Amino acid sequence: MTISADHTALGQDAPEQANGNHVTEGAAAEAVRKFGITVEDYMLPARHQIQMVDQDGTLNPHTEQGAQPGHEYALPGDAELLAAYEQLVVGRRVNDQNSALVRQGRMAVYPSSHGQEACQVAAALCLADGDWIFPTYRDSVAVMARGVDPVQTMTLFRGDWHSGYDPTKHKVGIQCTPLTTQLLHAVGVAHAAKLRGEDTVVLAMCGDGATSEGDFHEALNFAAVFHLPVVFFVQNNQYAISVPLAHQSVAPSLAHKAVGYGMAGERVDGNDVVALLAVLGRAVKLAREGSGPLLVEAHTYRMQAHTNADDATRYRQDSEVAQWVARDPLKRMQTYLTDRGLLDDDGAARIAEKAEAVATQLREGLGEDVPVDPQDLFRYVFSTPTPQLKEQSAMLADEISRDEAAK
Amino acid sequence: MSPTVTTSSEVHGNVSAATARAAAKAAATAESTGPQTITLAKALNTAMADAMHADSSVLVFGEDVGMLGGVFRITDGLTKTFGESRCFDTPLAESGIVGMAVGMAMNGMRPVIEMQFDAFAYPAFEQIVSHVAKMHNRTKGAVKLPIVIRVPYAGGIGGVEHHCDSSESYYAHTAGLKVFTPATVADGYRMLREAIDSDDPVMFMEPKKLYWSKDLVDLEGLRAEHAANTERGTSSGGRATVARPGTDATLIAYGPSVPTALAAAAAAAEEGRSLEVIDVRSIVPFDDETVCASVRKTGRAVVIAEAHGFASVSSEIVARVQERCFHYLAAPIRRVTGFDVPYPAPKLEHYYLPGVDRILDAVDDLQWED
Repeated sequence: MTISADHTALGQDAPEQANGNHVTEGAAAEAVRKFGITVEDYMLPARHQIQMVDQDGTLNPHTEQGAQPGHEYALPGDAELLAAYEQLVVGRRVNDQNSALVRQGRMAVYPSSHGQEACQVAAALCLADGDWIFPTYRDSVAVMARGVDPVQTMTLFRGDWHSGYDPTKHKVGIQCTPLTTQLLHAVGVAHAAKLRGEDTVVLAMCGDGATSEGDFHEALNFAAVFHLPVVFFVQNNQYAISVPLAHQSVAPSLAHKAVGYGMAGERVDGNDVVALLAVLGRAVKLAREGSGPLLVEAHTYRMQAHTNADDATRYRQDSEVAQWVARDPLKRMQTYLTDRGLLDDDGAARIAEKAEAVATQLREGLGEDVPVDPQDLFRYVFSTPTPQLKEQSAMLADEISRDEAAK
Repeated sequence: MSPTVTTSSEVHGNVSAATARAAAKAAATAESTGPQTITLAKALNTAMADAMHADSSVLVFGEDVGMLGGVFRITDGLTKTFGESRCFDTPLAESGIVGMAVGMAMNGMRPVIEMQFDAFAYPAFEQIVSHVAKMHNRTKGAVKLPIVIRVPYAGGIGGVEHHCDSSESYYAHTAGLKVFTPATVADGYRMLREAIDSDDPVMFMEPKKLYWSKDLVDLEGLRAEHAANTERGTSSGGRATVARPGTDATLIAYGPSVPTALAAAAAAAEEGRSLEVIDVRSIVPFDDETVCASVRKTGRAVVIAEAHGFASVSSEIVARVQERCFHYLAAPIRRVTGFDVPYPAPKLEHYYLPGVDRILDAVDDLQWED
């Protein structure tokens, strides 16, 4: 069996056709030219998830990394691995600090990515400066790792406003709560960049539950049909609030969904930052070189409840959680880097200090009681307020001034 | 391959060959004609072509809008003139069309997108309500979404179900969306240019039964008016107009109901009653000033709309006018709207649609004996 949606023979250079169907030709050409494998071997994920460093912190022999021809991944460089480890430690500290701030009542809510930090860090580090990322509400650590100020990142969860940073300045979409709707925005950003001849890559994030949404399908299909440089990155953390993946999909894996759109899919150990950097790094490189979109599924686990309002003990067993404790992304990376002589006590202390500095910044920033301006309600609905909004703004101002006068 | 598209800031320095050809064609058309009889469809088509010529960040996409020119032919010739990178077909998925437009607008483009029919726009509702309408507010103005969502709407064409909905109330109810609806050929051009120029998203509701209505229009004059407005930073956006002056009562209508209201006013004139007709034009923002000035003058009003009356734009208009003009009113404001039923099958739609007789009956009820 071969896969060739445009019904041209594999390996044959399809000419630029009048109907513009260069799409599968592109993917087919990609597979054959770059990897010497069939289109189906290119598009289907490797038979096993890609894992480079196992849960004990040992580098797998190349033959046991889950790879097969066309799916081999190079070990990222030492500097990249150290930078990733530093971000892992910072990310973990951010997660735990924010959860504490919620318990103290200084934030309304915080969807923690505790346990998923490897995905967060790799998503941010695999991109170049001009690239875009579209995060979900659980991806605050990735947002910060892209350079957004930690306190600004937390604006949404503190409840001052819906977003605290300028998406166009940082090339970071605002954290999205309606599931998968942001994937289409990623597609649009990539499409605009492509039309202008720019080599921007866009990384679009969602979770396992989100793959059931219609916009997941529409975004992947649009990206494939328009042959856009989008890397779809699914963090499969096993649960959509309380509902396990088996109730969302019976596909062989979420990465297998890629082939239905004519794009390549890969699955990776989502707690192995080494494998994530390798797989996402290659996906970004391929997308930038014109491969069209790719789909990467990371197997990870949401170690804590959905949010502080959730009770995870109602739907999952402690024994299951314990299995994932053993697969912790930080611990294995620490072991691996220490064993390789890349990380010593001084280095670890320096990184811990950096993480503590970010935590302090969060505590201090979120501890401040920032005054809110009630007139902001009206200020940004339109570029120019309508006469009706001006009336309502005046009404509220009058109400407030009368309240003040009565005090 | 498709030509590279530039952002609006670069437009004056880098006009593509296709755009230059379009400019020459537009200029030739204008020179050779002067005032001419054209359809609303042609006016809308010309507005898009002119906007695409003026700014290469203006893109048109949707279902069947490319080689076919749209099922109503409103985008006819745009792909041929501007190339497939400027006017193109998308996969058949409305949420995808709107969601992709959001991303494109975030990244420097001005998408003008077509929803094929009113009821087929509903899959895009989440993108419209949760993102298109809110992005500017969520980001405190950092992200502007200059998107025009064109929706052929309302009935009167004998369409089968799901092809004739009056969906304007859904959008008007959503904070952050402008909602425009032209009723005349000239306004088709004028308002679509203004919508494309708007930095805020616009739901552009096109009365599909009026697509083939004709009028004598001076396109060159409209282009000059648009250029002058652009230079002065003014526009007719957000303003209602007096479509027919009168003294005894005000008929307030928009979109497909404006010609019906004008016909009712003409019939009333024969019976010696002078009705003023207001064409609302812009549902959001709403022009309280023009509407209320008319009602204060006449003291009587009937609001006319094809949409169901319950919880609708027409109920909003009655509420607004009543709040502002109570002491000027000689009678309660009446409404002539569609019944609160799903849009009927073709053989029944004439019972449903507001017609001249129903409007005149409502006018007769405005307590003239006092």
